[in-house]
Amino acid sequence: MADGIVAVTEQREGKFRKVSYEAVSEGRRLADALGTKLTAVVMGSGVQGLASELAAFGADRVLVLDDPELADFRVEAYTEALTQALAAEPPAVVLFGATVQGKDLAARFAARQDAGLAMDCTAIHLQDGALVFTRPMFGGKILAEVKIAGSPQIAAVRPNVMRIERRPREAAVETPALSLGAIPTTVVEQRLDASGRIELSEADIIVSGGRGTGGNFAPIEELAAALGAAVGASRSAVDEGWRKHSDQVGQTGKVVSPTLYIACGISGAIQHLAGMSSSKVIVAINKDPEAPIFSKADYGVVGDMFQILPKLTEAVKALKG
Amino acid sequence: MNIVVLVKQVPDTESLVQIAADGVSIRKEDVKWIMNPYDELAVEEALRIREARGGTVTVVSLGGARVQETIRTALAMGADKGVHIQDPAAEGGDAPATARILAAALKTIPFDLILCGQRGVDEDNGQVGPAVAERLGIPHLALVVKVELLDGRVRGHRLVEGGTVVVEAPLPALITTQRGLNEPRYASLPGIMKAKKKPLEVKTLADLGVDPATVGAAGRKILVQALKLPPTRKAVRMITGETPEAVAAELVRVLHDEARLI
Ligand SMILES: Cc1cc2nc3c(=O)[nH]c(=O)nc-3n(C[C@H](O)[C@H](O)[C@H](O)COP(=O)(O)OP(=O)(O)OC[C@H]3O[C@@H](n4cnc5c(N)ncnc54)[C@H](O)[C@@H]3O)c2cc1C
Ligand SMILES: Nc1ncnc2c1ncn2[C@@H]1O[C@H](COP(=O)(O)O)[C@@H](O)[C@H]1O
Repeated sequence: MADGIVAVTEQREGKFRKVSYEAVSEGRRLADALGTKLTAVVMGSGVQGLASELAAFGADRVLVLDDPELADFRVEAYTEALTQALAAEPPAVVLFGATVQGKDLAARFAARQDAGLAMDCTAIHLQDGALVFTRPMFGGKILAEVKIAGSPQIAAVRPNVMRIERRPREAAVETPALSLGAIPTTVVEQRLDASGRIELSEADIIVSGGRGTGGNFAPIEELAAALGAAVGASRSAVDEGWRKHSDQVGQTGKVVSPTLYIACGISGAIQHLAGMSSSKVIVAINKDPEAPIFSKADYGVVGDMFQILPKLTEAVKALKG
Repeated sequence: MNIVVLVKQVPDTESLVQIAADGVSIRKEDVKWIMNPYDELAVEEALRIREARGGTVTVVSLGGARVQETIRTALAMGADKGVHIQDPAAEGGDAPATARILAAALKTIPFDLILCGQRGVDEDNGQVGPAVAERLGIPHLALVVKVELLDGRVRGHRLVEGGTVVVEAPLPALITTQRGLNEPRYASLPGIMKAKKKPLEVKTLADLGVDPATVGAAGRKILVQALKLPPTRKAVRMITGETPEAVAAELVRVLHDEARLI
């Protein structure tokens, strides 16, 4: 009988992504609700030292999958490692963080298990003894509540949604032997931003700009810096070449759920709203009082962003002293 | 080089998505259907590779009669032939079932490279590409913004959080597309005329040797309990003031004191 919850974490250069704590915390809550155990999984090379950190979030057991072949993320290697490690005691539920890596691994792992996967979940709850997964579809226009038939039930949780809870306990650390064989894929090069810039999908606050910036993102960058926020963009701003593709928020860009989303010079097209409508609080700054963005915002300012934003930045700086 | 592109038909991103009377599906009436935007990138990339190195581009789509329009669109863009998998028993399937059928179809079509979208902008699943690759036992590279073909290998520049990772895999391999890969062309009028004469094969589950019990509504692993509309927000509160300073001060006050966000 499959039993237990597994939360698969993600680390980069020895640091967990925030969503890993979210997945482990959610795993703890589900394990309590179902009266079962929580296993957290760490994957990488030379990651033994990270195990203890996960006990703080409530893992009963930490599986450390440590292998030189896992140094860089390659989906086949990670799928194989996870499959081998979980084979002895098949879990009932496997959770991933819905990051680029987490979604990729979840999809391939689910296919290997021939199991159902609920991608990018924003809530998981227990109903009549069964888990119900809530996931946005159609760019957030619809929320689906789904059950998963068969075992394991696999879900990837959307970053920034599940609550992080410290629930320290003694965790047994295990390092299963792996034999990964030849992995045909090779990582040739990694060009990763080491500046410590906040990743859009994990940011608590996002300041976004659109065509209304006219290509001048300086006031947006300055406000973001004052708030400790990440910078996003509409597709128009990306298409104009003002921002990188990776900054695009929307139905064909990133889906973000920050606590505060400040849209500047963005009209609020349906495809843009798709990417940010699950933000907790939305502020819109637009010179057109009829802009559709105001119908989705909590707070609105009608005005020229080039006049408002510098004053806003000053006021934020004054507040933070 | 034999390239296969998997294309999915999805509701236009502009369209209003409505929940059907059964509460667990989407109203299909009055919907404008389009090719999934990520699949347009896949078709475009396939055409560029063929233009550079020769070969054939085959588009494959699973779905009801109307998905032929989407296949024709790909043919009008320049793809060589289409395969339409249509079977009543395949209807109402989920991502694993779709992958099972597409993988079975790919066993009947020669390929060196498979291109597909990173996700359908309908259910936002993002599963079918990796699942097809897994079923075929070939590598896949997800979220690719640049494809380079080397001798017997493919190199994909993958967009990840905070940067790019360049990964190489032996062919045959599957690639999922990310925005930034290319700008898809529009179908030209002569292209549309030519597309009418291009081969479009229709296949059933029996043709592909797929057991109907494992797919379609019968084979679902993802059981939809309910579809709901997202909670609506309270009406917007406009922040006003005599000067930009006053507006900024009031907004910061509200966000700090009331919403407690900054
Ligand atoms: C298939 C498809 C997928 C798409 N995917 C996405 C997506 O993922 N993300 C996305 O964002 N879009 C997407 N789009 C595009 C979308 O439809 C809109 O075209 C786009 O979001 C508009 O961007 P914008 O709001 O920056 O520009 P506009 O609509 O041109 O709006 C600019 C706004 O700036 C305001 N403005 C101008 N000057 C100032 C100023 N000085 N101060 C304050 N306000 C000012 C104007 O009043 C206006 O409201 C997609 C479209 C399609 C067809
Ligand atoms: N019914 C289908 N027919 C052909 N290709 C599909 C189908 N469903 C999904 N795909 C492919 O898989 C990608 C991801 O889809 P999904 O997993 O549904 O989000 C799409 O962009 C298509 O390339």
